[in-house]
Amino acid sequence: MSNPYAKLPGWVEYGLIPLVNLAVAFLVAGLVVLLVGENPFEAAYHLINGAFGRGEYIGFTLYYATTFIFTGLAVAVAFHAGLFNIGGEGQAYVGGIGVALACLWLDQTMPWFVVFPLAIIGSALFGAAWAFLPGWLQAKRGSHIVITTIMFNFIASSLMVYLLTRVLKPLGSMSPQTRTFAEGGQLPKLDWLLSIFGLEIGTAPFNVSFLLALVAAFGVWLLIWRTKLGYEMRTMGHSPSAARYAGMSESRITVVTMMISGALAGMMALNPIMGEQGRMQLDFVQGAGFVGIAVALMGRSHPAGIIPAAVLFGVLYQGGAEISFEMPSISRDMIVIIQGLVILFAGALENMFRPAITRLFSTSSRRAAVVAQTKGA
Amino acid sequence: MDFFHVIVVLLESTIRVSVPLIFAALAGLFTERAGIFDIGLEGKMLGAAFAAGAVAAITQSVWLGLLAGVLISVCLSLVHGYASITQRGNQIVSGVAINFIVAGSTVILGEAWFRQGGRTPALAEGARFQTITFPFADTIREIPFIGPIYADLLSGHFILTYLAFAMVPISWWILYRTRFGLRLRAVGENPGAVDTAGISVIWMRYRAVICCGILCGFAGAYLSLAMTAGFVKGMTAGKGYIALAALIFAKWRPFNIMLACLLFGFLDAFAIRLQGNPLPLIGQVPVQLMQALPYILTVILLAGFIGKAIPPKAGGVPYVKER
Repeated sequence: MSNPYAKLPGWVEYGLIPLVNLAVAFLVAGLVVLLVGENPFEAAYHLINGAFGRGEYIGFTLYYATTFIFTGLAVAVAFHAGLFNIGGEGQAYVGGIGVALACLWLDQTMPWFVVFPLAIIGSALFGAAWAFLPGWLQAKRGSHIVITTIMFNFIASSLMVYLLTRVLKPLGSMSPQTRTFAEGGQLPKLDWLLSIFGLEIGTAPFNVSFLLALVAAFGVWLLIWRTKLGYEMRTMGHSPSAARYAGMSESRITVVTMMISGALAGMMALNPIMGEQGRMQLDFVQGAGFVGIAVALMGRSHPAGIIPAAVLFGVLYQGGAEISFEMPSISRDMIVIIQGLVILFAGALENMFRPAITRLFSTSSRRAAVVAQTKGA
Repeated sequence: MDFFHVIVVLLESTIRVSVPLIFAALAGLFTERAGIFDIGLEGKMLGAAFAAGAVAAITQSVWLGLLAGVLISVCLSLVHGYASITQRGNQIVSGVAINFIVAGSTVILGEAWFRQGGRTPALAEGARFQTITFPFADTIREIPFIGPIYADLLSGHFILTYLAFAMVPISWWILYRTRFGLRLRAVGENPGAVDTAGISVIWMRYRAVICCGILCGFAGAYLSLAMTAGFVKGMTAGKGYIALAALIFAKWRPFNIMLACLLFGFLDAFAIRLQGNPLPLIGQVPVQLMQALPYILTVILLAGFIGKAIPPKAGGVPYVKER
């Protein structure tokens, strides 16, 4: 019993069904807005306006989207190998150490384009290292990856509080953060990219890590669909026993997949640390690791789906800020609800509407077949 | 005598913080033994705490509050059940979704209804649980050694505290000594066999999920009606995950769960107590290490270095009747 549902045309499978699920999630979110006593259409207007109304808003939307592309890719890569990496949050948090170390070391002497590659390597290494242990434990000791990655999220959080309050904090400072980086530790904004479209970036922290995110998305596509490793990962994800019969090493694939996933999650740290704050702060990840789950589910684990899904969540984060400004009773926690609803309807309940849609298409395609037959005769 | 006093105070706060862990971990025991992973314990607890706090504040009745908490928690459990049993969705995804939906909506609804920054109004005397003092507690307290144990450790807790500890043998009895319990465990190990015996796997699993909801409801109500007087946003603060860790640490067995929860509760109480004071022999221990210890211990256990944690065999796999 591999697939209990009939095969559907591609645009239905990858277009219509996710859209229907998304629409239901937003419908329920609209009900919550009603329950609070506000007008959901007005909220939707502020959401769209807040996300796209001005060049600056678009800059913020894409800034958030950058973060979510990284975490979404991280979750997706693990999904392909049948692994559920729920630890993106912790891996991104620890990845921040790599970014901070590169910046603290070189920011005063080197320009950003020297520091940036080192920071990328640092973030990927630290993220991968944090994902290595859960992967290794799953592969060699059979401990469930979901549980270990959850535990590692909490351990990461304690570790980072310790590091930021005791080790990385400059002497004499009270707040738990590193010192502010000099020029070399700050990424240039992509104002030129927006100005091509005649938009002003304003104060939006939309920066070069967006381009890195796009490269990473392309890299993930190459990895999954164009390399031997990707083929092995997908084989294991579909059928671990088939992978075993084909002589693939399950434990090697598990560990490598988790490390790639952790590296992608870790690279997320570049965007807020080097792109926005110019220093590493407590809780800079702010739940982006978990948003990655929603993004990967919505984007069906394909980079071409993950980018729009990440932009959608960018819209929610940026537009949600605008809603809470205009309608104070709808705070930014509304995004958390929508995120949960998207995960529920696009993830756990993804097959709820499938039987109805399948029925719709099987009858219409039969009718089309009948029409073709009569024409032929 | 001073050292003894410190120990008694420490153990007392251990009991206080362990209660929600015990309820939640037992809740997880029921679903996971029936083959349904549940990382939504946190969300259910939070939802129950909010509902209990809100209803108790409006009706001024602690019992209606408790009832509301249990009801909301059972509803959330049924959502999880619908997604993972009927729709055969991914159980982990469903649990994550519930955690998010609850985390967001408790703040939004609380702010809309009470306008106190996501809190519910502070509860008056009659609208929250009172501690129960055992007979002669004050007279016996004077007796050295036994006195403080009786007066401070055994007496002076909330009714839910006693219920939590009573639930441990009760859960054991239900799971290991009743027909329901046998079938529930069988559904988690080999659902096909249960189905062959003519028992509905679906209905069995739904009942397990409802049991989980009820217990999570108690855990949440304890937080907002007993431990503090009212709901505070995000008040579960990861307790659901600690409970999950305790459940695994206890290898899915009721009495071990109680011990694991007490251990994790003790670490918590100890960390608060320790704050800034050096330990004898070891010296200064960072608070963060103490906070992370339950998770680290669980990982070490999962790695198979302290015995082996073997989860229920059919856990996480939706049941499909062969056709």
